[in-house]
Amino acid sequence: MITSIKGGEKAIDASHQLLSKRRRGDPNVAQLSVEQIREQLSLAVDRVMNEGSLYDPTLAALAIKQAEGDLIEAIYLLRAYRSTIPRFGFTLPLDTASMIVRRRISTTHKDVPGGQFLGPTYDYTHRLIDFALLDGCDDEDGLPLPDSDQVEDLHLHHDAGFISRTGLVEEELPDDSQEVADITRSPLTFPSTRDQRLQNLVRGDEGFLMALCYSTMRGYGRNHPYVAEMRHGDVSVVMEIPEIDLEAGIGTVQITECRTIHLTVGKSETPPRYTRGYGLLFGHSERKALSVAVVDRALRGAEFGEERRYPAQDEEFVLSHSDSVAASGLVQHLKLPHYVDFQAEQQLLRRLREDYDKRASEALAKENDDA
Amino acid sequence: MLDDLALNGEAEEYSYGFLDEQTKRMIRRAILKAVSIPGYQVPFGDREIPLPPGWGTGGIQVTASIIGKTDCLKVIDQGADDTTNAVSIRRFFARVARVNTTESTGEATIVQSRHRIPERPLQDDQILVMQVPQPEPLRRLVTSEVETRKLHAFARYGLMQVRLYEDIARYGNIVMSHDYPVRVHDRYLASPSPVPKFDNPKLHRSRALTIFGAGRERRIYAIPPFTDVRSIDFDDHPFERQKWQSCCARCGAEDSYLDEMLLDDAGNTQFVCSDTSYCNDRLSEGASR
Repeated sequence: MITSIKGGEKAIDASHQLLSKRRRGDPNVAQLSVEQIREQLSLAVDRVMNEGSLYDPTLAALAIKQAEGDLIEAIYLLRAYRSTIPRFGFTLPLDTASMIVRRRISTTHKDVPGGQFLGPTYDYTHRLIDFALLDGCDDEDGLPLPDSDQVEDLHLHHDAGFISRTGLVEEELPDDSQEVADITRSPLTFPSTRDQRLQNLVRGDEGFLMALCYSTMRGYGRNHPYVAEMRHGDVSVVMEIPEIDLEAGIGTVQITECRTIHLTVGKSETPPRYTRGYGLLFGHSERKALSVAVVDRALRGAEFGEERRYPAQDEEFVLSHSDSVAASGLVQHLKLPHYVDFQAEQQLLRRLREDYDKRASEALAKENDDA
Repeated sequence: MLDDLALNGEAEEYSYGFLDEQTKRMIRRAILKAVSIPGYQVPFGDREIPLPPGWGTGGIQVTASIIGKTDCLKVIDQGADDTTNAVSIRRFFARVARVNTTESTGEATIVQSRHRIPERPLQDDQILVMQVPQPEPLRRLVTSEVETRKLHAFARYGLMQVRLYEDIARYGNIVMSHDYPVRVHDRYLASPSPVPKFDNPKLHRSRALTIFGAGRERRIYAIPPFTDVRSIDFDDHPFERQKWQSCCARCGAEDSYLDEMLLDDAGNTQFVCSDTSYCNDRLSEGASR
């Protein structure tokens, strides 16, 4: 006898129980705490905060725990939580020039005013599995772990203006003429504005954006990027409080800021120059900051009279497919029952098939007659 | 057999030069083929190595396959030995191949480089290994690999010539400052890797073997010693190298590629040799500005 899948309630409850059981793993192994995730898996936390559009390391860590390390699921959890919190207003633009720098590099010059700080980076590690970490007492170089945060703060107080002063680079002009878009409150429109695009890209899936950036570098919409500056560190968040007519610091956030410059000789009426791409992300997210900056520049083609030929240059393609929550949702909806549509389609197919068979047998009969 | 499997000798964590012996043999075969057909891109089976693709894995695999205990390795990036990626690669080989390393171009038997060819002419007993991000010079014009392979097979390079012509017609100049394509021995069009076009003439009839490794794109190609290498151009628009108004602020060299150093926030700059070994050699020989 065929039983249809009904009465899902019990099944769902049971499924959730199985999830909790799997999440816990072997009960003889100590349970992972949210603090451990926040402190020791901080790069995963940063990714979840960026794509979840919410700066809250503890909640992001909790989401990672709840989602068993499935970051896209964790991002979704954080996004859903975000819907429940009210918006007070906008902060002032972050003053990234006065960042307390943990890391800062520039690739266009051997050294730059203000200096470069390698800081923490996997860039120059050799990717050899460090079996010492199995025992878990020492860090990669076999050095004892520091008891406290012994790293000295580097107050940089230096903007990325050095590159502007060459006179060959597009100026970075603040534009306060219109309110900043908020794509989490009002929908994206096409043609899009740059603030909309940058917000969309920051929320976009890291893998997708990296692949787009990679495609431009492999010839599908080449845009010649240089990293003029990449910096990572802490900045203060300042809010203007109109009731008391005061600007007040409300906390600090860790961010990564990336400025790229791109050789642009497109239009005859504008001077040949370097134009800019920009990426600003929460936490330490250099791969994504770079991808955002390069794709930002790719999407600015219309401003410079560039032909739109490749995926990375097509704002509708990029912005409509960047969101991991949306993409994951639709892709996985294929697991939902579809038997009503399938039934209807099957009927149609049967009819088409009958017509085809009829035509085929008629043709065969005609051929036999002719022969 | 035991030699092949590197099972003899003391218990070592990793194979000599990191890659296993079969992989090195495969890469050496690709190199031999590349040397036999100058400028032709030979596909090879790229391996994951402890440095990320795009950071010189092609060059590293070539070096790993040709290096021996008697070699002396120099690694440069942007012409300098002290740039972080160069330091990282040099340390890698010091560890997995236990070779001597040097910062002097003259002492090295293998020079692995990214974005520069040393100023000091290389000699017969030296090998230059270039790291290559995009081995296909036609890629900027034709995205399809199927198409570009055909164009190479028939030596149909008109597209590139047209691109140069269009640049001249539109901007009055060829808008390519680095990775400027060359014809190798009047046959294959090849990428010199993203070296400034200043370095292109150094490839022409060089006494040293140059091997180009592109890991991510899985290609190896080579320019054997004394091969003709011509940067493509037009009779009425001959190929030109970069020129500077000033000389090196350290050693006074007028014939080297110069880096612009930013001195302060007011926009003051100074030029120094990008090739640190060349600059230091000149200083120790008593040259100064």
